[in-house]
Amino acid sequence: MSGKRSIGRFLRDNAVVLIFLAITVAAIKPSGYSLTYIGQEIITRLGRNSFLVLALLLPIFAGMGLNFGMTLGAMAGQIGLIFAVDWGVAGWRGLVFAVLIGVPISVFLGWVCGKVMNKAKGREMVTGYILAFFMDGVYQFFVLYMLGQAIPIRSSSILLSRGYGIRNTLNLQIVRQSLDTIVPLKIGPFVFPIVTFLVIAALCVFVVWFKKIKLGQDMRAVGNDIVVADAAGVPVERTRIIAIIISTVLACVGQVIFLQNMGTMATYSAHTQTGFFAVAAILVGGASVKRAGLPNVFIGVILLHALFVVSPMAGQRLFGSAMIGEYFRQFIGYGIIALSLVLYAWRARKEAAAARAQQREGESAPVNGGAA
Amino acid sequence: MPDLKKFITDFGWPRIIIFLFLVFLFIAAPFVNVRIDASIADVLNRFGQSAVLVLALVPMVQAGCGLNFGLPLGIIGGLIGATMSMQFGLVGFAGFFGAIALAAPFALAFGWGYGRLLNKVKGEEMTIAMYVGFASVMLMSIMWLILPYNSPKMVWGYAGKGLRTTISVEGYWSKILNDFLAVRIGKFFIFPTGLILFVCFCAFLMWLFLRTKTGTAMTAVGSNPDYARASGISVDKMRTISVMLSTLLGAVGIIVYEQSFGFIQLYDSPLFMGFPAVAALLIGGASVNKASMVNVLVGTILFQGLLTMTPSVINSLLQNDMSEVIRIMVSNGIILYALTRKTKVTK
Repeated sequence: MSGKRSIGRFLRDNAVVLIFLAITVAAIKPSGYSLTYIGQEIITRLGRNSFLVLALLLPIFAGMGLNFGMTLGAMAGQIGLIFAVDWGVAGWRGLVFAVLIGVPISVFLGWVCGKVMNKAKGREMVTGYILAFFMDGVYQFFVLYMLGQAIPIRSSSILLSRGYGIRNTLNLQIVRQSLDTIVPLKIGPFVFPIVTFLVIAALCVFVVWFKKIKLGQDMRAVGNDIVVADAAGVPVERTRIIAIIISTVLACVGQVIFLQNMGTMATYSAHTQTGFFAVAAILVGGASVKRAGLPNVFIGVILLHALFVVSPMAGQRLFGSAMIGEYFRQFIGYGIIALSLVLYAWRARKEAAAARAQQREGESAPVNGGAA
Repeated sequence: MPDLKKFITDFGWPRIIIFLFLVFLFIAAPFVNVRIDASIADVLNRFGQSAVLVLALVPMVQAGCGLNFGLPLGIIGGLIGATMSMQFGLVGFAGFFGAIALAAPFALAFGWGYGRLLNKVKGEEMTIAMYVGFASVMLMSIMWLILPYNSPKMVWGYAGKGLRTTISVEGYWSKILNDFLAVRIGKFFIFPTGLILFVCFCAFLMWLFLRTKTGTAMTAVGSNPDYARASGISVDKMRTISVMLSTLLGAVGIIVYEQSFGFIQLYDSPLFMGFPAVAALLIGGASVNKASMVNVLVGTILFQGLLTMTPSVINSLLQNDMSEVIRIMVSNGIILYALTRKTKVTK
């Protein structure tokens, strides 16, 4: 392979990352922010978002695409937090309490999600997306009508004035940044949420370990080819359900981490953007529908959020309107998802066509880079 | 008996439940002081308002491109036409049809590009369509701010530029179809003749089109691409035509919607307009790869009936505002149901 070709290949394989890097770097100067400020923001946002993005990995291994159904886990986490605030469990104990309530719910929701997706093989993504919409209805029903009526809520301060249903904004003051600040760490001008980073690191270790055990191997086999995996005796449907359950549980924990850092919770809309931001991040990091790894997660979070930090101000300075920056950042978010889905589907079709052509010629040469 | 059983499996339980629920709402209405005649007028009005948007989904379903979650792209075309028609000061029928005429080239151009894109990603259309739609809505949001519109009716008063979030079409072509030949019976019931006629006309044109040579070829591509290719039909060309048609109808649909609603809604409001249309089509009995005019008309009536009746009846029945939750669960539940049916995925 000549040097020129490998550069071309590098550019092609990393098109999304490079485009994004260029936009972000170009927007830094007009935003007028100092690099220290941007650096601190990125550190904070790494702690806030990485866990949620990591939740996407397992379903990708299992060949189920980007799990838009992770929103279900986020809802479970929010229900946990509502109870933690209601019971007045403060500090990191409140977070543990929220997770303890959220995890059983998210296991159940993940199981439902896996079951539904098994019935919609080949269009898991759009199904997960609609399922998240549907469950949003169930969540509203539960939080807006059941809590305070069928399920008692102790503190009336978090209820709507009519006596039932949770307020639109929930103040998380008692658990605010309790995980981030257990061990305060300041290096130079930067503050690090060190315990949050440790939790994220532990999850990374788990992912690496999980890929090595039998279940992880099965998952990869299912992801590569359902028919072959089935013939080899891998319980396909069960493995897929497990992948989704783990993803949903991780999304639940991730949402708790996200919200403790934010400090307030928009009860009825906090979860609606969870899937969008996580999916955009992992795709910006260079992942595709079929292939993703730990580096994609972190590169993605850094790049996406660097742009999110600078784009409103850049829009303000360049066009005299902060709204343009805001619309631009949403356009980039949706656009990058569309672009990488298109690039992936395009490439997959080309490879399939190439493989067919090769078969027709009767060549037995192995398909180069077929796994890529 | 086996006939009934077959009918139920074909039609699907969710649809039967929704139908029975709607019947129940109409029976319950008089008991909670909801006027039946006003409700029916309301349902008819809303049926006409959104039927063309639902109709817009049919060509792509028929050509095997799946449910067009990218409908916002067509809607954007319609918005461009509507705002331009107002900018040029066209009023009355000239304004309404002018809006359609101005929207058409944009919609067709968008549809052509969008169709070419979808041809490259067969099998993944629905997810990609959704995000292409979202991205284009956001891109247009920037455009609404910077395009040189200057009609004082449409731009922000203090800045003198940038379109408003909602623009009233009052005095231009508000209710132009609704009021055409409208028949008033009693105090509460108005039959929007012009609107219903327009919808029927569009549906009839689509019905005719599906029976032309091109229309049959398109359906063939949807039901069996390999067979279609073998009989000399260009699959990609047919798919592109279906997408262009769908986008064009989306543009017409939103203009019809606006004249009845009375406002043009810009910026991120088109984001989720595709989903109710999809839900309506599916409630009417369509599947991911088969849809007919009957599906469109029945589905829109059922879905809009549900949207009209649940707030008034359920809210007075239960003394709360649960209708929104019911709407979310019904419309997305029916889409989920359709997605999980066993159908062949076109590769």
